[in-house]
Order: sequence, then structure tokens, then C-alpha cells
Amino acid sequence: MHSLFQFLRIIDLAGMSRYRWILALLAIFYSSLSICTASIVRPISESHRSAALELFVPVDESFGSLENTYEALRTFEILGLEKTYDISRATCKAVLESLGSSSSTTKDLFYALKVNGILKCQIEAINFEGIATNMLAVLKNANSLPDFYYAIGSLLLIKKKPYFIDNLAQKHGFEVILPDSDGAFHSIKALSQSDGRWRYDSNGAESSTYAAGMALEALAGIVYLADSEVDQSMIGVVKNDIVKLFDIIKSYNDGTLYFNDKYVHSSDYKSPLEISAAVVRGVTSFAEVSSGKLNIPGNKILGLAKFFLSIGVPGSSKDLFHQIESLSCLENNRKVSFNAFVVINLFVLFFLLLQDLHSTCHLTSRHCSFIDIKGSTQVFYADLYVIDVNFKFRLCCMAVELNWFPKVDVTTVFGAAAPPLTVKLVQAFNSNSEGKPIIENQELHFDKENSIHYLDIASLKMDVGKYKLIFEVSLHNLEDESKYATGGLTSFSAFFTGSIKIDKGELAILNSDGGSAETIEKLDLSTDSSLSLSANHLQKFRLSFQLTTPLGHTFKPHQVFLKLRHETKVEHLFVIDSSARQYKLILDFLGLVEKFYYLSGKYDIELTVGDSTMENSFLRTLGFVELDLPEPPEKAAQPPPQPADPYLRYGPKEEITHIFRAPEKRPPKELSLAFLALTFLPLIGFIIGLIRLGVNLKFFPSSPGPAAFSILFHAGIAAVLLLYGLFWLKLDLFTALKALCFLGPFLIFVGHRTLSYLASTSAKLKSS
Amino acid sequence: MAKSTSSDVLTLIRSLRSAYAATPTNLKIIDLYVVFAIATAVIQVVYMGIVGSFPFNSFLSGVLSCVGTAVLAVCLRIQVNKENKEFKDLPPERAFADFVLCNLVLHLVIMNFLG
Repeated sequence: MHSLFQFLRIIDLAGMSRYRWILALLAIFYSSLSICTASIVRPISESHRSAALELFVPVDESFGSLENTYEALRTFEILGLEKTYDISRATCKAVLESLGSSSSTTKDLFYALKVNGILKCQIEAINFEGIATNMLAVLKNANSLPDFYYAIGSLLLIKKKPYFIDNLAQKHGFEVILPDSDGAFHSIKALSQSDGRWRYDSNGAESSTYAAGMALEALAGIVYLADSEVDQSMIGVVKNDIVKLFDIIKSYNDGTLYFNDKYVHSSDYKSPLEISAAVVRGVTSFAEVSSGKLNIPGNKILGLAKFFLSIGVPGSSKDLFHQIESLSCLENNRKVSFNAFVVINLFVLFFLLLQDLHSTCHLTSRHCSFIDIKGSTQVFYADLYVIDVNFKFRLCCMAVELNWFPKVDVTTVFGAAAPPLTVKLVQAFNSNSEGKPIIENQELHFDKENSIHYLDIASLKMDVGKYKLIFEVSLHNLEDESKYATGGLTSFSAFFTGSIKIDKGELAILNSDGGSAETIEKLDLSTDSSLSLSANHLQKFRLSFQLTTPLGHTFKPHQVFLKLRHETKVEHLFVIDSSARQYKLILDFLGLVEKFYYLSGKYDIELTVGDSTMENSFLRTLGFVELDLPEPPEKAAQPPPQPADPYLRYGPKEEITHIFRAPEKRPPKELSLAFLALTFLPLIGFIIGLIRLGVNLKFFPSSPGPAAFSILFHAGIAAVLLLYGLFWLKLDLFTALKALCFLGPFLIFVGHRTLSYLASTSAKLKSS
Repeated sequence: MAKSTSSDVLTLIRSLRSAYAATPTNLKIIDLYVVFAIATAVIQVVYMGIVGSFPFNSFLSGVLSCVGTAVLAVCLRIQVNKENKEFKDLPPERAFADFVLCNLVLHLVIMNFLG
């Protein structure tokens, strides 16, 4: 709504007041669009089907690699589109090639078998026994998780087809049985981490949630393939791991939950969608084969489902596959689950507005997204809804034309109908009355025809404002509770809008002597008016009006302003305060002359009243007041210059040029080198002088011990000087001082030995 | 007048030389070292006069290194000179050790300042 007023203001500045009402409608439409796009959760619908058809398009009867082919076929299968393309000829050829080739990796074989499972290619030509034997050999030597995953997955695919087994068993007496199932189970379990995540292999230090999904799927496969029953205590341990895995689930602000990993290398990056999908696949397949209950709270599963749904319609084929397949895992779980475990078919609560097609359409423009569901009704899903509470009043004048109810639709993630249940409005909060619910425990009515739960707002007497509605779903049959996750309480935000009645509007000019009125003008704020008033600096200006909601309460909008604008475009803005039931503003011109810069003349009066829940928010010119102010004294402040064009504010800013300090002048290189040579001259002179003086090394000690100390002394001095050189060139002070700490004592020691020896020899010489 | 002045100067220098010839060799070595250090400093000052004082800290550390070591050498000379009765008990080896230590400390500071 804020943007609406910004917009209106700009329109007004642009001087387009004639078209203001059209633009205001547009602005309302625009602002509601921005609200509705916040977060929309819808079940899987036709739009996903059309997206699947757009994203998966075969080129030359092929979807590319076998992995991509599997993703396309599986997505089509779940969405019921498997008859769309006939690609079996070319794809089956690729499958048979891959299965027959000895150079195929386990991954290739795995996807080839998966595609074959869907397409049911010619199976006589395939040597399943050979593949199974190969896979068992791979499994024996496997040490990394992907090896286990693909090998077990392939064996599972061979075994799961009763069609194959009958054939094979008859033909070759062959059956897929995992000989050492406990061993394989333990090898995979050995890779698990304490937080429920898994490592890819025993050497890798990195644990990953994606690997956890793979491992759980592989473990489920082992339990299925095992020749004897797998130890129940081990299954219990894995169940515990699953619960721990759900403890590290991450959440977004809107209540959606997802899994994610931290990556050190960007090369093996997996998106949160991919990781969450892997976990869902793993957990559901493990839950399928294990008996007993998995202790995962229903709201976590619902949060995950919301995460998949909140993506909407993905733009990439991989994302679409992961979304659809994970949701299908969650949805179909009950069909294969004969255990009373909690995972889960779930349904998501959708809150929607139904509008009869006969209704007048000028209000529908406020709602952003419509899907035609049941022919005669239009439905839209969103987290923010606009509900008109005025419908009661409109009903009076328009007969039964307009028919608005907040309605609640409860479906599974794929849009299937829910079992018998009751939807209850647990609490409704108004943003004005913090903490205290307005409505409590209101049961919604059920419309059997459309299977819609609806709430009759008229009887609830809800006033305009922003509401938080909290719904709860309770199932009628107790046995359904173990199958369905309802996610506890679901909350929605809704704006209840309505027309606000403005009355007792009055504009008056008062004399300063006790407030006797000179002029009083009644204001009709429903239409543009042009009042003309005149006043001098000894008088007062008074504006008052009342705002009431459709239910007769006092309404307090966000914005109530009065603007006075002088002919020279100098503007003054005043906030109007409410006192008791009335909005009132008194301007004493005597105190304002300085603020008005002593500018006499015509002032336009503009009133702004606006709120997000007020349908008739307005910005309106009331007329003008002719002000007669005294002459300015000499030192009066000049009015600030008005910007010529307010759009200049959005224009390009002045370029900033950086001034860098000019580099210092350097002398020519030759001169510097010449002086470098010159500095060596005194050294040469010094050496020549030393030679001429006849310096010798007569006193250099001849006996080995003192000579060694003497040499070490000179070497020590040289080392210290070298250290200084290094300090200048590259070392820092601390490194240099540390080295000096070792060199210094050494130098003192050898220096002391050398010099004391010299001193003793010279003393001997003297004495002799 | 001028002739007598020049001959006086010559006489003065000659007597100075003959008096200096009697100086012990080790003091002469120190004198030579002082002259060498001061000459190096002078060359740097001349260079600074020609090209300007940028970078100033390098120039300053160069000159101070020369002047500092010259001052230390003069101190050494005072202590080593046998004529100075004040330092009669001080062995020249001890004076030399002081000289070496002071030089090392001086140059550590110089190197830090050199930049």
C-alpha cells in the first residue's frame, strides 16, 4: 500500500489528476500483485503437466542419456502422461546395448534396468543372470557408497519384477538372493556418522546428507533382497539414524523444511532440492521394508512437502523430476505401507476464496492468480488473501450477486481429496489487539458438493484490518491419523478490507479571541470539492472529521496528512492526530508565520487518508486558503529553492573523479649509480690507508682454540650484519629479533673469549 | 704578507704531520675509519643536495649510520688513547667490545628506519 501512495503522489506531481482514478485502480491492482507473489503454495496441477511436456522433449526419439531418459519417463509416469511420446524403439535399443555391453559401468546398468522397468523392453534378449552374478561380484568388492547403491539397486530391479522372476526361474532355475546380507548391511552402516549423515567411502572425511539418502535406499534394498531376516536390532539402529538426520533439517522463515550440505569442493555441488529428494527416497524406501514405527514428527514431513511445493513449477527438467518423484514418494507411501508407521501421506491445507461467476468483476482485479478448477468457480491460492467484509452490506443492495466466503480446501500434495475431516478455525488475531484472539474454536462448514470447507464471515462480525487465522485439521477416523500428516496448526495472514465511512467533515477559520468561528465549511469528502477560504496571521485553521468502519468502530489509518502548498511550490506537511473518535488539526498561523517564510498568498489544501485495509483511501484537494501574513523582517529565512523536477532525484549522479597523488620525482638512474660508485671510494681509500699504515694480523691468535673463537667472533659479526641486510630486504622485525636473540648471546660468548685472550696476551707482553 | 702566511701554513702543517707521525698505529687506524665514515656521509649529503630529499628516511638513515659510527669510533679512540689518564684502567679490548655492541645496536635501529 505504501507503494500505492508513492505512486499516487507521483501521478499528482505529474499533473495528471484527470486520470487519477484510473491510475489509482491500477495502483491497487499493482499493489495486490506484489502481495500475492510473496509465497504461493499449490498442489501439483495441470501446470506441472504442461511444464513436464515442455521440459522433456525427445530429440530423435531419445531423451539423451539413460539417466535423463529415466527421469523423463518416471516424471511422465507419475503425472499420468506416459502415452505422450513413443520412444520405446530407439530407447530399448540403447537399453539392450547397455545391458549387453561388457564395458558398461554399474551406474549405466542401473539406469538401463530402470528404463527397462518402465518400458518393458524385449526381455528374452537380456542375460539377467549374468548381470545379477556381475552385480553380486561388484557388491562383494564394493567399498564406496555409490558402488553399493548401484549394485543393490540393480539387483533389486531384477528381483522386483515378478514377470522376470517367473520366466527366469522357469528357464534357468535362477533367483536373486543376496548371500551375505548381514555383511553388506554392516559395511554400509560402517560409513554412517554420529549425526545421521553418511560418508561416501571409508577414506573420505566429509559426511553428506545426500549420501545418507543413498545409503538408506541401499539398506532398504538389502533388507528386501536378504535371504534370511536382517537383524532387527540393526534396523532399530538405522531408524535411530533417520531420526537424528531429521534433527539437522534446515528451515526457511515460511515454515518450509529442507536438507542441505556444506561443500568444500564446488565440483560435487548438489542443490537442496536434490539432497532433500534423495533423503525422501531413502527414508520412504527404508520405512517400506522395516516394521514398526518411525518417530518422525508429522510437521517435519509436511514442512518437506511444502518445500517441494513452494518451488512451484520448476524451470529445469532435473528439478521437476526431483520435485515430482519426492512428492510421489510421500504421496504413495500409504499404498505400499502395511505397517503402521507414520510416514506418510500428507495433505496440505489450502486456503482459498471462491467467487461466483455471476458476481460483478470490478473487485476481482485485486486478486492476482486465478485457476479454473471446477468450471463454475474460480479459485486462487495464496498465503495472503483479501477478503471483503463489506459483502454483507453489498448483499443488501445487490441481492445475491456477490458471494464471498473464505473457504478452505484440504487436499494431498497431488490435489487428491482428503479423507473425512473437520477444519477448525482455532484462533483469529487482529493486528490491533495484540495477543488476544478475536475468534476461537470456530468450526468450518463443509460443502459436500465441492468438497470445500467454508467459513461464514457475516456471523463472525470481523471488522476491517489485518488478521492472522490459525486453522487446525482433525481427522474423523483414528486409523487415518497414522497415515496422514496434517502438520498441526496452519496459519494464514489475511487482509479484511472495506470502505471506511468519512463523516462530520468540517473546515473552519477561527478568530484568536476565544475561538469564535469566522467561517465554517462543511466537507463532503466523498467527492472532490473546492473550498475557498481566507485568513490572516491572527486567525486559526481547524480541520476535523470522523472515520468509521463498516461495523461502526473508529478507524485509525496508517496515514493521515494535511498538506498546504503555496503558489511557489513551497510545501508544508502536517500529521493529523486522532483524539477520542475524531481526527482534528488546529493550525495557529501566528506561530507558523516563520515556518511559512512570511509568504502570503494562495495555499492549496490537500488531505491524504490511507491504509492497506481501506478500500477508499484517497489523496484529495479540498480547495485553497488565501493567507495574509505580515511583511518579513530583514533577517527572515528565505524559503528553500524547490527542485525543478522531482524526477531529477532519480537521474544519474555526478561522476566522482579520483585524484591520486603524483609520484615523487626520481633522479636519473645514471646519477644514482654514479653516486653509488662514489660511496665506495672512501672505503677503497680506507683500505689503501690501512695498507699504507702497515696493518697486519700479527696479533691474530695462532693456537687452534683461540683462533677458532676469533674466527667464530668475526663470523658472528658477519652473520648479524647479514641478518640486518635480510631484515631490510624481506624479514619483519619480529623474525629478525628472534634470530638476533640466538645470535647475540653467541656473539657475546665468543667475543668475550677472544677479547679476554687478547687482553691476557697483551698483559703478558707488558709484564715481560 | 701573503707569502709569509703561506709559509706559516706550510710550517704549521709540517709540524702537525711530524707530531701526528708519533701517534700510535691503532689510533691512526681509528682516525682513518672516522675519515672514511665522514667522507661517505658527505657524499650522501652531496647526493641529497643534487636530487632532493625523497625518500627522506633512507637518506637520514644513511647519513646517521655514517655519523653514528664515526662518533662511536671517536669514543673508542678516546678510550683506547693511553694519554687519557681517565681510562687508564680500561683495557682496549673492553673498549672494542663496547664499540662493536654499540655499532650493532645502532645499525639495528638504522635498518628499521631505512624502510
